[in-house]
Amino acid sequence: MEGEKLNIIIPIKQVPETSNVKMDEKTGTMIREGVESIINPLDLYAIEVGIQLKEEHGGKAIVISMGPPGAEKALREAISMGCDNGILVTGKEFKGSDTWATSFVLSKSIKNIGNYDLILTGERATDGDTGQVGPGIGSFLDIPLATYVSKIIEITDKSIIVERLVENGYETLKMPLPALLTVIKEISYPRLPTLRGKQKAKKTEIPVWSADNIKLNKSKLGLKGSPTRVVRISHPKITRGGTIVKPADEESLSEAADQLIKFMRKKELI
Amino acid sequence: MSFRGVWTIAEQSYGKIREVSYEILTRGRKLADKLGVELASILLGYNISDNKLNELIYRGADKVYVVDGPLLENFIVENYSNVLVDLVKKYKPEIIIAGATTSGRTLMPHVAVRANTGLTADCTGLDIEKGTNNLLQTRPAIGGNILATIKTPNNRPQMATVRVRSTKSAPIDRSRTGKIIKIKLKTELIDGKVERIGFRKTEEEAIDIQNADIIISGGRGLRKKENFALIRQLAKNLGGVVGASRDAVDRGWISYPHQVGLSGKTVSPKLYIAIGISGSIQHLAGIKTSDFIIAINNDPDAQIFKISDFGIIGDLFEILPLLNERLAKEAN
Repeated sequence: MEGEKLNIIIPIKQVPETSNVKMDEKTGTMIREGVESIINPLDLYAIEVGIQLKEEHGGKAIVISMGPPGAEKALREAISMGCDNGILVTGKEFKGSDTWATSFVLSKSIKNIGNYDLILTGERATDGDTGQVGPGIGSFLDIPLATYVSKIIEITDKSIIVERLVENGYETLKMPLPALLTVIKEISYPRLPTLRGKQKAKKTEIPVWSADNIKLNKSKLGLKGSPTRVVRISHPKITRGGTIVKPADEESLSEAADQLIKFMRKKELI
Repeated sequence: MSFRGVWTIAEQSYGKIREVSYEILTRGRKLADKLGVELASILLGYNISDNKLNELIYRGADKVYVVDGPLLENFIVENYSNVLVDLVKKYKPEIIIAGATTSGRTLMPHVAVRANTGLTADCTGLDIEKGTNNLLQTRPAIGGNILATIKTPNNRPQMATVRVRSTKSAPIDRSRTGKIIKIKLKTELIDGKVERIGFRKTEEEAIDIQNADIIISGGRGLRKKENFALIRQLAKNLGGVVGASRDAVDRGWISYPHQVGLSGKTVSPKLYIAIGISGSIQHLAGIKTSDFIIAINNDPDAQIFKISDFGIIGDLFEILPLLNERLAKEAN
């Protein structure tokens, strides 16, 4: 970048914290009581890259989230890491949005922000686990898209060169800006919020947008605007109740190893 | 004209058809038979021989639509999406299925937006609803703790990506016949903004862990990077590949492409062996559809044992050398 500043927009999602969650052994479901809401862990990598790029080149990094009013907390956390501001898109009309409707709303919101060079998203959210919203936003905005980006090799005011992880290696893509990248965790190591950042986040006024604010056609929002419908939810039991052996001495250790090999052979795995 | 027929999106790499293309033919054939409609395989690429195209027919396709051209040699989402959307407008399929690969998971959401229709990610089950003939798409969600069944009642085509290796490849049946339809690439469909300027194969040992039959993963219990040698040895003896827990990756013992779990790769091998991995909910969600799970861990309370078919509670540094020795001996 030569004197040109980068305006970066980072769509994020608030998700339930699941890393310390215990399983209900009888039902095989997650015990959700007392579960905290956090920034989708995979979005932290996008936030980190956004902050790094604007620190290096100047410009702004803005986070945006569509969700319940409480998602404001996620936006403030991103600001405390170093983002300049956040925008909360919220309202009853958005409830029940699937990935198509979410991509639609976020792309319209991004258009409403206006001037942007780069959009960065996480690879997917750890709750819905679809990875469809990032590419969906790119498709709606009709800008170049690179998914699974592991590295930004070069960025100028007009174009970007990135490396993306595919099944058998890494491919290098060159594309003009503005562009949308979905990033994977290899790309960075997210920083922690600083005290100063937290103070700034507390003071920042976060704009709250509803469908009316950004003049959205309500037939395309929420459940009404979502092509997909959930028809059934089931709770699969994951407990397998297999054979667990606990060798006590050298002899039984040797026996356990034999048993294991026998097991693999019986199941025709080796 | 109403929407009719089932499509599966085949994938190729340098003219060679990828295995996932045959897996989704298995899925597609079942759906097409239930609906009593034709199954078509769609292939975009460059220099694909008729032999290769015929194989798609031998493996279940009634028709193969192929768009061949140098500008389609590599997957560039904008170009592939434009071409596919154009085909969808012309031929109007009722269902489109792709593998949940890096390209499938990029192409399908791009197309679904343009085609104004629903898409369900990473399905493990597909079926046809009686009476309505809607596609029922079942997928794990919320960290793999629930299975959600989803449909797209009012929009067509109905689109889904299917988890890689969640079904077997359709077998070759040389008596099958079908039609190959070659479609000329319209140059205006080439976006031209994005260029693929390089590729490097991953240098380490095979890490295409999503395509492996056997995965041996190491975690924090290995204590240090060098001890992954024990895992590599076992992988070699069993003809498997090496995976890892998030913990091991975060400690820098092994690179991210090896990471198994929700923040890494979701896998579904025939055999998954977890060594020194306690089994966080994310890890378990990433392996739970494996055919068989074996665990070795010194903590009897480790969650991993709950979803294991066979487990040894004990010191991996005693057990692994013993296992490696026996397996190596048997191989000779």
